[in-house]
Amino acid sequence: MAWFKRSKENISSENGKKDIPDGLWTKCENCGEIIHKKQLEENFYTCAKCNYHFRIGSKEYFEILLDDGTFKETEKNIRSVDPLQFVDTKPYSQRIEESMKKTGLTEAVRTGTGKINGIPIVIACMDFSFIGGSMGSVVGEKVARAVDLARKKKHPLIIISSSGGARMMEAALSLMQMAKTSAKLAQLAEARIPYISVLTDPTTGGVTASFAMLGDVHIAEPGALIGFAGPRVIRQTIGKDLPKGFQRSEFLLEKGFIDMVVHRKELKETITKLLRHFAS
Amino acid sequence: MAKVILDFERPIVELEQKIADMRKYADNLDIADEIALLEEKVDQLRNSVYSNLTRWQRVQLARHPERPYTLDYIQMMTENFVELHGDRFFGDDKAIVGGFATFENQTVMFIGHQKGRDTKSNIYRNFGMPHPEGYRKALRLMRLAEKFSKPIITFLDTPGAYPGIGAEERGQAEAIARNLFEMSRLQVPIIVVIIGEGASGGALGIGVGDRILMMENTWYSVIAPESCSSILWRSWDYKEQAAEALKLTAKDLLELGVIDRIIPEPIGGAHRDPLQAAALVKKVLLEELKALKKISLTRLVQERIEKFSKMGAWKNG
Ligand SMILES: [Zn+2]
Repeated sequence: MAWFKRSKENISSENGKKDIPDGLWTKCENCGEIIHKKQLEENFYTCAKCNYHFRIGSKEYFEILLDDGTFKETEKNIRSVDPLQFVDTKPYSQRIEESMKKTGLTEAVRTGTGKINGIPIVIACMDFSFIGGSMGSVVGEKVARAVDLARKKKHPLIIISSSGGARMMEAALSLMQMAKTSAKLAQLAEARIPYISVLTDPTTGGVTASFAMLGDVHIAEPGALIGFAGPRVIRQTIGKDLPKGFQRSEFLLEKGFIDMVVHRKELKETITKLLRHFAS
Repeated sequence: MAKVILDFERPIVELEQKIADMRKYADNLDIADEIALLEEKVDQLRNSVYSNLTRWQRVQLARHPERPYTLDYIQMMTENFVELHGDRFFGDDKAIVGGFATFENQTVMFIGHQKGRDTKSNIYRNFGMPHPEGYRKALRLMRLAEKFSKPIITFLDTPGAYPGIGAEERGQAEAIARNLFEMSRLQVPIIVVIIGEGASGGALGIGVGDRILMMENTWYSVIAPESCSSILWRSWDYKEQAAEALKLTAKDLLELGVIDRIIPEPIGGAHRDPLQAAALVKKVLLEELKALKKISLTRLVQERIEKFSKMGAWKNG
């Protein structure tokens, strides 16, 4: 068991327990299987044994979905400001700085153009690692501009969501991003441009209650938490434990709020089929 | 019902009571000078208290249990109100009310959150916290208004959309998202008035419009100060700091470009003089409605979308 002991040091378990690990080996959150990094990558960051979907970011999704070398990032330079001079236990401006350093990202969403099996599309993908994927002015504005770009180019739009909700530190301005993105999507719908919403773990709060729930087609990854209120708040409100599987993808499929639950390795093919139907 | 008096209202209310008591005996005694002196004092006190309200005090006024609610305003401002019920899919949500009413010679669709006044009516109204069927009823009524070219006025006053099992099962998020989407392109003028609490998506769910008006002592934000305190400070004790940080008052939101106009309230708040409060709301609504009716529908919708598109703050780094 020597190799096992040694490798165990490489297992990352702390901070952001579901993020992809830096170590060479990682343990499946769900079944406990020890998986090698390379194997994890080849398996689209899912567990081969139990299908558990690890949380990944925009970089990985762009690699998984887009044809090699086709991604062109847009609106890279929009940055958050601190419009309210918000300070809780630390200043918001400091949180942004720290998050940028930690993640190497500039905000909780990246947008761009690319091709999926040769079909040109406009894409936006959220990063949960950046302040919990929260939607502030920049997320709202970048999504809005991606919608505008899809409308201008007449290319289908794909948005991959992963968010804890609105960004409290931008208060009402963050709330208004829900209205902004929804209004933009209404314009896209009138232009009859397809929009596919992909919901990943977790998609809650203001993002679910705006653009994530306004797709022509809703695709969810298996086992993703999707809802308006978070489970903790609901449990506090009703004073009872929540039913098993509550607010998970399969539950939403059953209740009629998503079209399908799709394994990450089949995501690209599923989207391709849909895009071909829309275009035919 | 026992009168509810907030801490910072107490000295004023006590002094007012004292003056009222003295008046009763004023015929017998020569105390007119004394009364005049006290009245001057109470005026000064009112001015100093109400011109220096903290954000948390505004939140308390916005939640004052004697504050007029949606049905009160409809009753005080309109005639021939016909309440309409149900979303035609699941049920009738009592936390959102709506219907046609005559508003100065024109038919308008009024829709608003509705709180209760006592325990029983609060349970009936679910404390003004809607379920998805509430948002779907609102949308149904808005489409009805659009079909017959009637303007829409919505009143926002909710502690939030209800976080419960049924609400999630029936798609709270989808219901709110759908309203934002549809309200942005409805072909009739929409005026939104925050009359009490504007808590997050639960408020915004009937809050997209051509004019966003806010009464002087109300709040509007992405989260209530208490919840913000609990999440960011990990304690319920920082609600006052959270209220300050969230910049959730009418004045703040006018500066941030989220609202268009502040509707003044009677001194001390709408609950001190509901009739006057309703008259002030009515006056502003009539002005805004008149202005909106002059704009072509194409331009109206275009400007509505542009208005929300501009909201937010960012820089090109
Ligand atoms: Zn596993």
